[in-house]
Amino acid sequence: MKIGILFTGGKDSTYSAYLSKKYGNEISCLITLISENPNSYMFHTPSISRVEKQAEVMDIPLIQKVTRGIKEKELKDLEFTINKAKKKFNIDGIVTGAVESVYQASRVQKICDKLDLDCFNPLWQKDQFELINEIIKNDFHTIITGVFAYPLDKTWLGKKIDLNFIKEIGKYFEKYQISPSGEGGEIETFVLNCPLFREELIVKNRAIDGGKNSWRMEIELE
Amino acid sequence: MILLIQINNHIFHYLEFVKPIEDILKRNSIKFKTINYKDISIKDLRESQRIIIAGTSLKDNTFLSDIENFHWIKDIKKPILGICGGMHILGLLFNGKLKKQQEIGLKEVEFKQDFFGFFGFKDVYELHNYYVESSEYSTIAFSDNCPQAIKHKNRNFYGVLFHPEVRNKELILNFIYHNFS
Repeated sequence: MKIGILFTGGKDSTYSAYLSKKYGNEISCLITLISENPNSYMFHTPSISRVEKQAEVMDIPLIQKVTRGIKEKELKDLEFTINKAKKKFNIDGIVTGAVESVYQASRVQKICDKLDLDCFNPLWQKDQFELINEIIKNDFHTIITGVFAYPLDKTWLGKKIDLNFIKEIGKYFEKYQISPSGEGGEIETFVLNCPLFREELIVKNRAIDGGKNSWRMEIELE
Repeated sequence: MILLIQINNHIFHYLEFVKPIEDILKRNSIKFKTINYKDISIKDLRESQRIIIAGTSLKDNTFLSDIENFHWIKDIKKPILGICGGMHILGLLFNGKLKKQQEIGLKEVEFKQDFFGFFGFKDVYELHNYYVESSEYSTIAFSDNCPQAIKHKNRNFYGVLFHPEVRNKELILNFIYHNFS
């Protein structure tokens, strides 16, 4: 099956891409919406402009569109971009990294139905610790590029998602109900390497911005 | 043992519609067996105490052309819960008709009677292009648009159009633990 991945560069959409290939689908393109609104309801924002490098090391064409990130207008932009991918690559379906967000999942479902595309959510409702463990086990090198919940602070930026991370976030999960995979928007991530990449991406520079319990890290890659 | 019937064919649809139900059963140490509707044996039916027919995606409707694969339902006495496409099957086997009605996302549904611990207004997750109507079932819950929960008038067959595995997991457990005697 020819599919397009709704891609953010974070662990969930990259893992969905990995599963797509593992189960014999042809990944025709990555589809990325770059939101100018840092508080977008639909799209992950930190370091999203770096998805070009990820697409390059995966040898997969990337279709990008900048959206102003206004609540329902960004859905029109998404529909336009998915339709563009359908016409250009003749895809049969869209794969997302949705796990818990019914807001995001239902809107992508509606767009796919309108465009007569299958919509696949292979991580849907997956236990979040199971998901992180699988991602680690499958040799993903993922770092944290954003934190947006108490008591997370800027010391978490740049941390690798590994077994230590699970141990640390597990404590916060019990005490503060912080979603270990960031499903409530508590954490944003960026994948530097995984089995789909021909080479590891190296962080050259990082710019950190924020305050209290809301921090972002923009990275520049070599 | 719970027999969990899969009506989809793509692995990703298994992960999206069947595995979340398996996870609920696993977390509660409930023994189950998942099987594709084309592979069900008499032994599977004999060994099961309850049967759940899971749903599938908006575009995956192959099972509707294979309705003869479900004729065993007419003879079985065990409780069955059909979810979305599973509800369509339960209705179609008893003179039901499919009607077009899309609902996607969170919706408010009103349960007019108790339905496995659900009563009154509940938010549920919807993902369907059709609903089923059959005079052999009583409708227990409605959305603004169509029936959402049904019960066969003479048998322990239940259907929900919404996906309880997303926001109403306890409905699945209440069905499993319910005393039908």
